[in-house]
Amino acid sequence: MRLYTVVVYLFLYAPIAIIALFSFNAGRHASQLQGFSTQWYARALKNPFVMDALETSLIVAFVSATLASVLGTLAAVGLQGIRGPARTVFDAIIYVAVMIPGIVIGIATLIALVTVFEVLNPWLAALWPEGAQPPRLSMGIGSLIAAHTMFTMALVIIIVRARLGTLEQALAEASADLYATPLGTFRQVTLPLIAPAILAGFLLSFTFSFDDFIIAFFVAGSETTLPIYVFSSIRRGVTPEINAIGTMVMVASLVLLIVAQLILRRGPRR
Amino acid sequence: MAPKASFAQYAARPQAGVSATVAELRSVSKSFGDVLAAQDLNLGIARGEFLSFLGPSGCGKTTALRMLAGFEAPSSGEVLIDGQVVNALEPFRRPVNMVFQSYALFPHLTVADNIGYGLRQRRPRLPRQEIAEKVGRALEIVRLSGFDRRRIWEMSGGQQQRVALARAIVNEPKLLLLDEPLAALDRKLRKEMQIELQDLQRQLGITFVLVTHDQEEALSLSDRICVMRAGRIVQVGSPQELYDHPNSRYVADFVGTSNFFEGRVDAVEGGRARLVTASGLTLAGRASAGLAAGTTGCLSIRPEQIRMTRAPEPESQAVTVHNRIFLGEHTEYLVRHETLGNINVLTPRQAEQADRGFETGETAHLAWSDAAALVLKND
Repeated sequence: MRLYTVVVYLFLYAPIAIIALFSFNAGRHASQLQGFSTQWYARALKNPFVMDALETSLIVAFVSATLASVLGTLAAVGLQGIRGPARTVFDAIIYVAVMIPGIVIGIATLIALVTVFEVLNPWLAALWPEGAQPPRLSMGIGSLIAAHTMFTMALVIIIVRARLGTLEQALAEASADLYATPLGTFRQVTLPLIAPAILAGFLLSFTFSFDDFIIAFFVAGSETTLPIYVFSSIRRGVTPEINAIGTMVMVASLVLLIVAQLILRRGPRR
Repeated sequence: MAPKASFAQYAARPQAGVSATVAELRSVSKSFGDVLAAQDLNLGIARGEFLSFLGPSGCGKTTALRMLAGFEAPSSGEVLIDGQVVNALEPFRRPVNMVFQSYALFPHLTVADNIGYGLRQRRPRLPRQEIAEKVGRALEIVRLSGFDRRRIWEMSGGQQQRVALARAIVNEPKLLLLDEPLAALDRKLRKEMQIELQDLQRQLGITFVLVTHDQEEALSLSDRICVMRAGRIVQVGSPQELYDHPNSRYVADFVGTSNFFEGRVDAVEGGRARLVTASGLTLAGRASAGLAAGTTGCLSIRPEQIRMTRAPEPESQAVTVHNRIFLGEHTEYLVRHETLGNINVLTPRQAEQADRGFETGETAHLAWSDAAALVLKND
């Protein structure tokens, strides 16, 4: 390897390696190594705030990835039937959703939801039966799930579309020729063949949602996800506990990403 | 169980009260935007026959097949299957099955599950046992017994072709549609599969409709051939009819090979015609249907109908031997006539041995009987 390659990789991965290294620090300072210990992992896993945030993150990631997979797959299959300029427009919109910076999605979603809530809440209060406490729509786990579903759905659409593109048109025709209804063809031919792409899309969506800080920061309301917890606790000083959480999140994310890649790579053997 | 008995399962035997025509195209046209893919097709398909659509790519033969399958709806006219107009009937409701050019086998299913796919769609459901039996018999018929658990990608091209065939015939369709099914196979395998296809059609008695651009394939397999050109049917007939009585220069050229001499049709009388070439040469032959005197036309003569001799004969044409290709059973000569141009001649081996054959540059004389020549309209 050439020297500059080494330097580039060092620049990219050294901070991450240091975080992982210090998570095993026996001392309580993030800047001084004082022997090996796994105590910070134990402490992180016993911390009720960490566990609460982890639970929120897992719920949001799972629900939004599930919604994104279902909606994204339906959208991808539906888009297959669209031709001409309409398709170009949809394609562009989907790519924009992926390319757009998280901070823009965060602010835009926040403003949009707040505006909608401001309109809906008085209506709900007015329409609600007398005596009962009317519900108040506000930022929280619902808005978190909605925002994450929105941008991970674009991801699922792109992955599933790519797989659909490799499927032979004749397969659907062969299925119809062999007496399968359109729904039967989708269930018995299309779905099994795009299933790896859907699963990969799910795993990627899960990872993106789980790791997301910026969008969550804007729309989480009073909820705390794991990245938000880490961010807020850093302000009270970095302890090796944060390093331990970071390392665990990183390892889990990497495993999911690698599994997603393996699933996509395997593809349909022909 | 005797194999013969098992084939009877599949045999669509004509019964009393069942019409001899299994499918029909009535004034069928199909356009894709501005492109007319098929124009005014009229054709009846007889129960149990092997019919081929023959023509170059883009002639509308695949469109015709896809209208029978239901993948395309005709722009006008009617498609009938078993006397019923099926224009608006979706493919999955039609009692026809197709063998796709790419085979279109399902890559996520085993060989047996591919073959049983159509049977599994039946409502009310068929018993699992019955499906397994039918799949087993279909595998037997295409000689793939023991391959049932294999995956599609583990099969060779020829084997995939047979799986595709089995997947279609297992449903006992009224029509088996074959879209250039042998195009992807190499020459030797193609020959084998042609023989198998023909055997299969005779055993099962299912009506086969083949689309091909390969005239040899159409000639060797079909009971009848429907020659198409630019979206229209040019001629329908048995291979012999098309070969001996082509109704146009196009058919004479497409079915087999032929030499054409252009000229003006001088006289048509009693089924015979006389043609005068630009250089004033007068040639005679059978008159094709609809030929009128005074029009431009051409005389068609097949290479194997021409005799080549050393000594001139009455009305023979002197030519120079330009090229000689030894083909085993036959020798093919390319000879040059002063005004008629290049002429192909095919001489059988016996004639060669008696005559030692001709060398390049030699002068020879060509003769043919008027009955072997055909005067056609120019088209």
